[in-house]
Amino acid sequence: MVDKLTLNMITQRSIEEGVAMEKGKTTQEYFEACSIIEMNEEDIRKLGLLPNQLVKVTSECGSVIVKAIKGRQTVYPGLGHIPQGVWANQIVPPRTQATGEPQYSGFPATVESARGERRKSALECVQGAVGLWRSD
Amino acid sequence: MPKKIENVGCPYCGVCCDDLVVTVSDDGRHVLEVENACAIGNEIFHHASGDNRIKLPRLRQPDGTYKDISYDEAVDYAAKVLVKAKKPLIYGFGSTNCEGMAAAAKVAEKAGAVLDNCASICHGSSFLAIFDNGYPSCTLGETKNRADVIVYWGSNPAHAHPRHMSRYSIFPRGFFTGKGHKGRKIIVIDPRYTDTARVADIYVQVKQGQDYDLFNAFRTVIHGEDIPDEVAGVKKEQILEVADILKKARFGTIFYGMGLCHSDGRNHNVDIAISMTRDLNDFTKWTIMAMRGHYNIAGPGVVWAWTTGYPYCIDMSKKDHAYMNPGETSSIDLAMRDEVDAFFNIGTDAGAHFPIEAVKHLKKHPWITIDPNICMASEIADLHIPVGIVGVEVPGIVYRMDNVPIQYRQVLNPPEGVISDEELFERIHQRICEIEAEEGITQTGAAAADTQKSIVGE
Repeated sequence: MVDKLTLNMITQRSIEEGVAMEKGKTTQEYFEACSIIEMNEEDIRKLGLLPNQLVKVTSECGSVIVKAIKGRQTVYPGLGHIPQGVWANQIVPPRTQATGEPQYSGFPATVESARGERRKSALECVQGAVGLWRSD
Repeated sequence: MPKKIENVGCPYCGVCCDDLVVTVSDDGRHVLEVENACAIGNEIFHHASGDNRIKLPRLRQPDGTYKDISYDEAVDYAAKVLVKAKKPLIYGFGSTNCEGMAAAAKVAEKAGAVLDNCASICHGSSFLAIFDNGYPSCTLGETKNRADVIVYWGSNPAHAHPRHMSRYSIFPRGFFTGKGHKGRKIIVIDPRYTDTARVADIYVQVKQGQDYDLFNAFRTVIHGEDIPDEVAGVKKEQILEVADILKKARFGTIFYGMGLCHSDGRNHNVDIAISMTRDLNDFTKWTIMAMRGHYNIAGPGVVWAWTTGYPYCIDMSKKDHAYMNPGETSSIDLAMRDEVDAFFNIGTDAGAHFPIEAVKHLKKHPWITIDPNICMASEIADLHIPVGIVGVEVPGIVYRMDNVPIQYRQVLNPPEGVISDEELFERIHQRICEIEAEEGITQTGAAAADTQKSIVGE
C-alpha cells in the first residue's frame, strides 16, 4: 500500500456529463457526473481506498477533491480519467504545445486519500477561483 | 391541440440528427414529447421549456449580485466595452447558428477583436494538420452507403455522439451496405475500454499519448516493412491483423476524436492519421473524418473562412487585415499571456471548459457571457445576456461534422422579449457605430479601416 500514486490523467466526455450539463451545471446530476475519477482497481487497491472514497488529485497547477470509482469504461493501471467539466479543469494544465489546445489528456497527477475534506460544488470551484464565491 | 413538428434538427452534437419529431403544446411554449433524439438532445428540448430561464440581461453589481437590465442597456454596455478595449477576445460559437456567427464577425472587425471558436480547444489541431496534409474525407452519407470497415480512433461516440453509430457508421443499412452491421468490421483504438469498444469487432488498447507511434507502425506494415514485437503497448500480431483488414476493405472511414487532438503531439497525431489514410488509398478507398463536437462547430470554420480567410484564432486587432497563428492568437494562449483586455463568451462555457488558470487570467478584465442558460461562464460574468436557443427557439443554418449545411427549425417561441444571437450582434454593431460617431473617433486604426476594403465580406 502507498500513500500517493502518480497517474497519467485524461479528461473526456461522458454521456452522464452531457445529459447533466444540458439540465444545468448547478444541478446535483452534474455534480455527481463530473466530480469523480475513474481508476483501475489495482490502483484503488494500492492506495488502500474504500469504494467511493474521496481523493485529492494534484497536478502541476492545482488540486481538486473527487470521488474515486472503478467506472464502467475501464482504464489500465497507471491511467486515470476525470470526465470533462468543472472539476477536471481545476487541474488541467493550460500549456498548449503552440496549438491553442490545453493539455486535457496526458498530464501527471498524484492521487491520495482526502480524509476530512469534501467535494466543492461547481459554483464554489469556479466562483471561488475568481473571488466571487460567497458560501450560502 | 398539440402540434407535431417533423424533421427537426437536434442542437447537441456534430451528428446533427435531422429526424427528430417534436410535439409542442398549442400555445407554442412547451415541449411535450421528443422522438428519435438521444438522451442529451432530449434534455435540451425539455430544458428549453423549463421555468428557470433567464429572460433579461443581468449586470453584476459592486456587491457581487446580479441586477436585471434592459436589452438596450446591455447592448450599450457591450458596445462600450468593445470600443474601450484594445484587444477584446470574442470566443465560443459552438452552439449558435451561422447567421449569428456572421454577425459576430462583423462586430469583431469593427471592434478590432480576436475572433475564435471552440475548435481552438477541440479540433483546432485538426485544422493545422489539414492545412499541412489535406483532408481525404467524405460525407456521412457515403460512409453509411459504402463503408464496410469503420475505425474509431481516440473517439467515443457512445458517449459524445450517441446516434453516430446507428445513423451513419455501424448499424444502418445503406445502398451498398445492405447487411448493416453484419457486413461491417468495427475497429476501436483507445486507451480506455469504452462503451464504443464494447461494440467493436477488434479493440486495440493503445498506450495513452502513443498514438503517433502506433500510426507509424501501421504505416510501416502497410508499406510492407517489419516492425518491433510491440508498439505503443500493442502486440505486433494485432497490428498485422488490423493492417490486413484496413488494406482489404472496400471502403473505409477513420473517425477520430479528442484522443488525438488533446494528447501529446496534437496536430502531428492528426497529420499522421491523414498520411495513413493516403497510404491506404494505394490499395483501396479510405476516408477520414474529425468527430466534431457541437452541432455547429463546423459552422464558424466555414463561415469565417469565407468572410475573413481563416477558420479560427483570427486576430483582427489591426482592423485592416486578419491574421491567424494558433499558439499566438488562440484563446488559451492569449489568456495565459494576458494579451486580451475584454472577453466575450458566446454559446459555450469557458468557465467550465477552460483550464481554471486561463479563466482566472480572463476574469481580470470585463467578461460578458451571451448564452440562453445559466452556466459557469454566466455565473462569473460582469454581464450575462440571454438569447434564444438555436434549433429550439431560433431557426438557422448549421454545418454538420462533414461540413454539410442543414437548415434548423424553430419549434418553440422564445421567452417573451428574448432575442437571437444574430439580432444581438447586429444591435451591438449598430451601437458601436453610433458611439464612434458620437465621440468622433479618429484613431489611425479606425480611420484606416473606414477607407480600407472591409475584412469581413458581406
